[in-house]
Amino acid sequence: MKDLIRASLAIIVISGVLMYIVSLLEDTSSAGGGGTINVYNWGEYIDPELVSQFEEETGITVIYETFDSNEAMMTKIEQGGTTYDVAMPSEYAIEKMKESDLLHPIDLNKITNLENIDPYFLDLPFDPGNEYSIPYFWGTVGIAFNPSLLDGQTFESWDDLWDPTLEQEVILVDSAREVIGMGLNSLGYSLNSTDMDELREATDKLKTLGPNVKAIIGDEIVEMMRREEAAVALTWSGQAADMMWINENIDYSVPEEGSNLWFDNMIIPKTADNVDGAHEFINFMLDAEVAAQNADYVGYSTPNQAALELMDPEVTGDERFYPTEEMRERLEVYENLGLEMLGVYNELFLEFKMDMEK
Amino acid sequence: MPDSKHMEQQAMKNNRTNPFYLIPYYLWIVLFVIAPIALVLYFSFFDIAGNLTLDNYKNFFSSVYLRLTLSSFWYAFLITLISLLVAYPTAYWLTKTKHKQLWLLLIIIPSWINLLLKAYAFIGIFGLYGPANNLLASIGSERLQILFTDFSFIFVSVYIFIPFMVLPIFNSLDRINPALIDASRDLGASSWTTFTRVIFPLAINGVKAGIQVVFIPALSLFVITRLIAGNKVITLGTAIEQQFLVTQNWGMGSTIAVFLILFMIIIMMVTGEKGGTLNGKIK
Amino acid sequence: MEKLSKTARIYLSIVFIILYAPIFYLIFYSFNSGGTMSSFEGFTLEHYAAVFNDTRLIVIVLNTVIVALLSALISTAIGVLGAIGIVFIRNRKMRNAVLSLNTILIVSPDVIIGASFLILFTMIGIKLGFASVLISHIAFSIPIVVIMVLPKLMEMSDSLIDAATDLGASKRDILTRVILPYIKPGIFAGFFLALTYSLDDFAVTFFVTGNGFATLSVEIYSMARAGITLTINALSALIFLVTLGLVLGYYFFNNRTRLTIRPPGGGN
Repeated sequence: MKDLIRASLAIIVISGVLMYIVSLLEDTSSAGGGGTINVYNWGEYIDPELVSQFEEETGITVIYETFDSNEAMMTKIEQGGTTYDVAMPSEYAIEKMKESDLLHPIDLNKITNLENIDPYFLDLPFDPGNEYSIPYFWGTVGIAFNPSLLDGQTFESWDDLWDPTLEQEVILVDSAREVIGMGLNSLGYSLNSTDMDELREATDKLKTLGPNVKAIIGDEIVEMMRREEAAVALTWSGQAADMMWINENIDYSVPEEGSNLWFDNMIIPKTADNVDGAHEFINFMLDAEVAAQNADYVGYSTPNQAALELMDPEVTGDERFYPTEEMRERLEVYENLGLEMLGVYNELFLEFKMDMEK
Repeated sequence: MPDSKHMEQQAMKNNRTNPFYLIPYYLWIVLFVIAPIALVLYFSFFDIAGNLTLDNYKNFFSSVYLRLTLSSFWYAFLITLISLLVAYPTAYWLTKTKHKQLWLLLIIIPSWINLLLKAYAFIGIFGLYGPANNLLASIGSERLQILFTDFSFIFVSVYIFIPFMVLPIFNSLDRINPALIDASRDLGASSWTTFTRVIFPLAINGVKAGIQVVFIPALSLFVITRLIAGNKVITLGTAIEQQFLVTQNWGMGSTIAVFLILFMIIIMMVTGEKGGTLNGKIK
Repeated sequence: MEKLSKTARIYLSIVFIILYAPIFYLIFYSFNSGGTMSSFEGFTLEHYAAVFNDTRLIVIVLNTVIVALLSALISTAIGVLGAIGIVFIRNRKMRNAVLSLNTILIVSPDVIIGASFLILFTMIGIKLGFASVLISHIAFSIPIVVIMVLPKLMEMSDSLIDAATDLGASKRDILTRVILPYIKPGIFAGFFLALTYSLDDFAVTFFVTGNGFATLSVEIYSMARAGITLTINALSALIFLVTLGLVLGYYFFNNRTRLTIRPPGGGN
């Protein structure tokens, strides 16, 4: 009995000491004094140096937290109990959050740097007039491949993935809309199809891809491709850029049948505590130099025109990542298909995973 | 039960104090067990649009989910069986070591390192150019695709569950009175007979506890299915996670969860009723 | 004490090698100047320096440890009392019902626990952060403790309690002098498993954390998007060495004092 009590006391004392240390550390790290803002972003989706720079310039302390899917982020915000001031969801999530009244309108007068943004990325259908959201990054969905591991195959068309020589070489991203969308695109249908016959046809076609599929994974794709564990991957442009950063053999292509064009925007959740701070942060991120440095670090495509001029022309002239407007014509933006349709897409995706030909 | 009379006396004695020290425990049951189950059950009757319906249950019996359940059970069975086969001798021999408590701690320590990190380490180890394949190559074999196969999935799952299986088995083996084993030997029983007739029955509670803490979690593994099995193995857990986090179809996710809870109750009845965790007094 | 046979030694060695292989793999690459966990390019300590320069990371680690220790302690206390309570329930059906309720949490998928706790907390109005994480960890550790303690309680000979009662021991004495010492190994096992569950948990924490509070596994999960940096490897190596040191130190210190007090072979 005695040793049980002694052990318990020891644990309490240790925890107390640790808590004291934490409070000391947190004091030194938040010596700003200009209030705090909670930023809720994707993992590794900002240059941490910029966060420090923002803290120094404004005196506002940034509490930074990350999420790994739009849905997880929305759940957190919807349930309350949190006070995020800025978040960076994708376009379809923004539409959904708008419907559920989770967004705080943005006062565009306070976003003086908005003029830096390419007008192409403003006033888009998911948020007319940018009432609720400000562009952060954008990109495409396509095929990353490593020619050094292949016998000269190219990926002009989605159907090239079905090439029998690619057995066990293709990695797919674990996301229903991307994979089912690829099936739809390869048949010439729209990414936003809600026609059950088309969806069924696409799923059945995808099942025949089974023998070529090595794995269906998330962000680990980047590591797998870098290490040359697989030769081909269906992925987002930014991830492809990440792969190339380390492994120069890798190339990226957006098949000609069409693909997805996506946007991640900054928003202010309804539950925000420091709306002014949030505006300051958003405006800061739109500064040309800041956006250029951020795009350099993150590797995705920036919608910031002024920043593009400051960046390496080799990067900004790369049509794989900065497709011309003409190329963008073939791309489609995801529409919010409604929860029910999203459910259908996910059921089909599950069926595809279960029934892939081995 | 020969001791029931005594137990009753004991219970009566304790009844007066029970309310005091049991308040936290019962409060916990109400708040964190009953309330969540009620919530899950409640949600399972709503479809994605928020209408009251039984469709989720109908849907569960569609071919996709039934096959999912079956394959999930199959993998969980394999994982539990192999964990048991690996853990039992480990626990048995550990009880015979000199510093047995220390060795037991050393079995547990690896599970304090974050699971995701270990999963990433396994991705490296099992990779085409990783140590496992280097080993194969050095003995002249071809490089194999180990990652994203059934083998890697089961291997890593067993790896994760080993400490959870060893601990209860070790505990019950460790309590066996050595005199019983000596007696069995003195009476001329072979070591195999001693094991099957004396040791195994005496430690059966530990085995049952081990199976309980491995089997159902194995049904609901989800990070590993993606990282190690590349989503080529799908468990009920993966399906639930998808429904909750991706589709946001909480109704369907809850329905699968309801079935998982049902399976669990069945398994507990099987491992617990006949001389199981509670009634199986060892005499 | 009989000596371990050769087979036993080989078998145990293999088990230990496999258990520690991924950890040594992580540690090995924590010295890699190459920056990834694939090709080893050269020796460096820069990742260790990075750990100590990252205040946020250190705070997260400390928070993780605090939550683990406190939740394991509190859940052990509640769980042990609960287990004793379960044993003394007379009605067998009632007892089985309580036991089933107890086990449901262990076996429920983390995602469901996380989601339902999240709903619960927001309904009660608890702000997400340290408190919600701690409460959740306590909640999902309690049944583990009960499961670990129960077999010991069941195996406890009734004559022990009989004898104590006959000798006129009070209920309190029976609890502190007879039951608790007897089930102590179970209590420690429960505590360590609770600690393990807490340190390892990602999914539940992910749901119930917020407002800047993070534990290590949540942080690692969100970092995974861009590939885990070797800073995390270095951190794991440090954590591993510190735990190993503490465990070994505690064990030998305890053993030595014990040996001087009690003659060897006195059991636990």
